Amino acid sequence: MSVKYSTTPSGTVTGRFSGRASLIIGVILIVALLAAPYVLYPAFVMKALCFALFACAFNLVLGFVGLLSFGHAAFFGAAAYATGYSAKFFGLTPELAILFGGLVGGLFGFVFGWVAIRRQGIYFAMITLALSQMVFFLALQITDVTGGEDGLQGVPRGELFGLISLEEPLVMYYFVVAVFLICFAFIWRVVNSPFGAVLKSIRENEPRAISLGYNVDRFKLIAFTLSAALTGVAGGTKAITVQLASLTDVQWQMSGEVILMTLLGGVGTLVGPAVGATLVVSLENFLATSGLPVTTVIGVIFVVCVLVFRRGIVGEFNAFLGRRKH
Amino acid sequence: MFELIGIPPQALFGQLLLGLINGSFYALLSLGLAVIFGMLNVINFAHGALYMLGAFVAWFLLQYLGLGYWWALLLSPIAVGAIGIVIEKTMLQRLYKLDHLYGLLFTFGIALIVEGIFKHFYGVSGQSYTTPDLFKGGTNLGFMFLPYYRGWVVVLSIAVCAATWYAIEKTRLGSYLRAATENPRLVQSFGINVPIMITLTYGFGVALAGLAGVMAAPIYSVNPLMGSNLIIVVFAVVVIGGMGSIFGAVVSGYLLGILEGLTKVFMPEAANIVVFVIMVVVLLLRPAGLFGRER
Repeated sequence: MSVKYSTTPSGTVTGRFSGRASLIIGVILIVALLAAPYVLYPAFVMKALCFALFACAFNLVLGFVGLLSFGHAAFFGAAAYATGYSAKFFGLTPELAILFGGLVGGLFGFVFGWVAIRRQGIYFAMITLALSQMVFFLALQITDVTGGEDGLQGVPRGELFGLISLEEPLVMYYFVVAVFLICFAFIWRVVNSPFGAVLKSIRENEPRAISLGYNVDRFKLIAFTLSAALTGVAGGTKAITVQLASLTDVQWQMSGEVILMTLLGGVGTLVGPAVGATLVVSLENFLATSGLPVTTVIGVIFVVCVLVFRRGIVGEFNAFLGRRKH
Repeated sequence: MFELIGIPPQALFGQLLLGLINGSFYALLSLGLAVIFGMLNVINFAHGALYMLGAFVAWFLLQYLGLGYWWALLLSPIAVGAIGIVIEKTMLQRLYKLDHLYGLLFTFGIALIVEGIFKHFYGVSGQSYTTPDLFKGGTNLGFMFLPYYRGWVVVLSIAVCAATWYAIEKTRLGSYLRAATENPRLVQSFGINVPIMITLTYGFGVALAGLAGVMAAPIYSVNPLMGSNLIIVVFAVVVIGGMGSIFGAVVSGYLLGILEGLTKVFMPEAANIVVFVIMVVVLLLRPAGLFGRER
């Protein structure tokens, strides 16, 4: 089965923007990020950035390979535990702990991918979901590492490179911004590389890619592992930021949430998932105090997105720009 | 009494029965999933939520209308099926032209909505539902104690699965259904209303989930989260059995239930994950599933 996304803008990944326009927008966004803690609550922006990175990493497989993973929570959660545990008990500095988290995420991703890539489409989604549920149960049972229901608490923020203390909120904030930007640049580079072009060809027409001589399964596995590793970095960063790794991170609802973020922002667009993540995190912040049932509201957005808004915010915007040109 | 490999037979058979009960629910749910998937090519993520809804409808009937178990057994599947038909007619239908993954995402959203509503009003604690009078108590079989109601659940689920299998494989209506699964256009050109068949199939599939919910109500407490964890295990069951056949879905449902029960006896700490481990092994050896065909 070839998985086609009518929603994805074809051609360049930056959509309909010219190179210069996207450069200007990029610079504005970076400046906004640097200025944000003076306007917004830093803890909120940091959380949004962690999830934005999570969604961008997830989009690497959904948007650019056309694989719907329902198990990314496992990578996010496992990495959060790995980072938290290594920072707390091995005394790793935060950047090493996060790298370790990324490594663990990537390792899980490799195993998941190795098993799940045997099947396609819906099966792929179900298999990744089942595997992540297995990780959830393991996390529930191995309480020595995960702390079970209580979670792994009191993760130290530590000192960056052993020199700069991250206890200072602003320092912590700029560290998270740096992690996000580095990973985002990496994703941009991957997507715009020859490797990324092959991925997109698999998405558009898998049999054709096979007939052109590409080892499709290997490309899928590499992309999936990369995505899981980046998800791991997001999970690790989150564990350092909020100083907690808990079962929520590894639960299947988290996998659903990251799908929603990506869908809402725009599948297969570069910045879409980040936009979606920011919106969902803000919405949840708002709903937490409103007394409305969060799950139901999220479900309604899900249904609306699938029914009438499949391009997502950034996708619609790109399409709008495209229409104006013609 | 004799002992078996150091395990008292009471415990062994007790867990086996429990496994058979769980297997009954796996079978009913994976049967519904397989029927729906065959016709719609949609994996119904809302299946667990609709199972929960079935249990709650039974509870409502008893609580507010004083209608007991037998009425619930009839009315609750009808209610759930009707809701399913409305969902299919108004929304799900628009997604058939698109990638199948959108069907999965849509039904996932529906599951969140239904679960969220019940969680909002009833919290996460369970509502108890009494066993019907006819099945109170149990009997001692010599090697184990069999509560009547549990025996009834196993018998009823086997009967429902067998009847569904017969209806699809052996009757005229079933042959239309199978033909429409293979080639909907051709069947439609013979003057059979395929869209209606699709709608009714979805209604029937989710009605099975509703029925399972009613049957589960006296055993497990009726709570908003009862479906969400179950559905993932059922997905694994479906992957193990392969989506191709009704028979495969049912048989693997019972088998995995029993295996899970046995694991509880011999290796309790692995009971939660045994189904997933088996899924991985099956995928490595036979990617299409035990009863499935590679498509």
